[in-house]
Amino acid sequence: MQFGIFTVGDVTTDPTTGKTPTEHERIKATVAIAKKAEDIGLDVFATGEHHNPPFIASNPTATLAYIGAQTERIILSTATTLITTTDPVLIAEDYAKIQHLTDGRVDLMMGRGNTGPVYPWFGKDIRQGINLAIENYALLRRLWTEDVVDWNGRFRTPLQGYTSTPRPLDGVAPFVWHGSIRSPEIAEQAAYYGDGFFHNHIFWPSSHTEAMVRLYRQRFEHYGHGTADQAIVGLGGQFFMRKNSQDAWNEFRPYFDNAPVYGHGPSLEDFTEATPLTVGSPQQVLERTLSFRDYVGDYQRQLFLLDHAGLPLKTVLEQLDLLGEILPTMRAEFDRVRKPGVPDAPTHASLVEKAGGAKDSTVYAAGDAATGTTDRDLDDPEVAKVLEGEL
Amino acid sequence: MITPAESSLRSGAAGDAGRKIVVISAGLSVPSSTRLLADMLGEAAVDAIHERGQEAEVEVVELRPLAHALADHLLTGFPTGELKAAIEKVRRADGVVAVTPVFSASYSGLFKTFFDVLELGVLDGKPVVVAATAGTARHSLVLEHALRPLFSYLHAVVVPTGVFAASEDFGAAGGEQGTGDLAKRVNRAANELAALVAGPGDVPRPVAHRKTVDEEFASPTSFEDLLKAASDGPPEY
Repeated sequence: MQFGIFTVGDVTTDPTTGKTPTEHERIKATVAIAKKAEDIGLDVFATGEHHNPPFIASNPTATLAYIGAQTERIILSTATTLITTTDPVLIAEDYAKIQHLTDGRVDLMMGRGNTGPVYPWFGKDIRQGINLAIENYALLRRLWTEDVVDWNGRFRTPLQGYTSTPRPLDGVAPFVWHGSIRSPEIAEQAAYYGDGFFHNHIFWPSSHTEAMVRLYRQRFEHYGHGTADQAIVGLGGQFFMRKNSQDAWNEFRPYFDNAPVYGHGPSLEDFTEATPLTVGSPQQVLERTLSFRDYVGDYQRQLFLLDHAGLPLKTVLEQLDLLGEILPTMRAEFDRVRKPGVPDAPTHASLVEKAGGAKDSTVYAAGDAATGTTDRDLDDPEVAKVLEGEL
Repeated sequence: MITPAESSLRSGAAGDAGRKIVVISAGLSVPSSTRLLADMLGEAAVDAIHERGQEAEVEVVELRPLAHALADHLLTGFPTGELKAAIEKVRRADGVVAVTPVFSASYSGLFKTFFDVLELGVLDGKPVVVAATAGTARHSLVLEHALRPLFSYLHAVVVPTGVFAASEDFGAAGGEQGTGDLAKRVNRAANELAALVAGPGDVPRPVAHRKTVDEEFASPTSFEDLLKAASDGPPEY
């Protein structure tokens, strides 16, 4: 099972000090948090994508590539990539490029966006949100799996004989999760392709998460990818912990009460009861997290949201230290109770193995019409080996 | 747009003989004239359905105790506890009676909030009686200028008679004659509701129905249909 964190990159005033980080501070803090995540033994760091204040989460691929260059092991992912308003051709290029740069340490999660105006900003119509997600992803898959694509759709200009570059590393596309809080259509989409399904599991009650995951599992089996138990499920979650439970409640309360999403609404007590938010001791966080599988079954990826609501970097790093302390037990307990036959989340290595080994997926350009030559020296013995399938 | 699976889902528990009328009252005081009018309409609707040879029962949703939960729902996007149960009642209702006091020339904010948080599709094709109370009859057109457009927007089927009760109408409520008699208007609206609610159970609803999330869980749109919708154009409603 994979454990990790995800961030939405909000720039929020710390309600206890009145201090608001600059964009620069917040961007650098995001990098520090990602590196810390690797240090404490987490498996995944995922960033959101927003194109408006108060967020610094635009251009996620630059962030991920930068973090990728300063880490060695952690998987870089998104939460989420806007499949609705981003040209799928750019997504295909960007994430294949990061695959190469990080030697396959990348996957991504498709989502639809956090605010209505993001659609018109990018020339799209919010009423077509689901349709955009469906059509754009269908094109994205083809761009990764087929070297030459002819495409004619409703939402972007047609493509004739188009090759997206670079080709996916080792001939294997990054694994894709589909995230949706409330749209069953997205669970259906994930199931149809046999992709992963991720539920945010923060803002809404667990009963809703349960229904979404159940639908995804049933439809995963329906489409013949395996049994419902073998579907690839990820969950979000959030906690705030201190050694002493009451300290956690006291310290977190002003952040909760003023949080951008749910602040000034229900009490912290009501919200921790209604949703998976856990405030308390490390032991309480451990137990609550282990209980998630009671209603979604054995799952593959658990991501926590830690850096939000104006919590200062120092506090976030302390939360990561505490998470690091309970992480080995959390891993061991999930492993101990997992039913036999439940697969791990796909990684680049496992996908390469499933594909029968790595292959060079480079599309070498044919001779161009003007000169009849290519940029490759056909007399080069290394190139000849490639052409004969030896490399 | 209506599949057999959807229409059985819409008509509540299959084989359940009784028709369910849900009365929503946004009155704030106790006792409340809004609740009084709501109860009159609820009882009259049950009587009218009985006259058509069918069983019926009334459930009342009082919005006052749900005020905090409604505010939370606006902020969090999900209902809790009693509010969740109240929304569920409306979802399963065969007919709805919606009664509000008049505040500042319209329905009350509390009344509107309840309908603001209802998921689109919940009221599609649902027969509704609109009713309101106020201190004077000068507010009576609030039914036509505020409530009826609201429920039209929500794709409900609003019966022709709306019932408005000014304070003075309660003094005359027991009277059996007279064109302005409140009881007479209550009965007329109740009969119109019963005509829509107590028809044969398997008649398709007259209004195209937007699938709610729960209905999507119960009968998911296949990916083939999603792909087709993506390439074909906007949905038909």
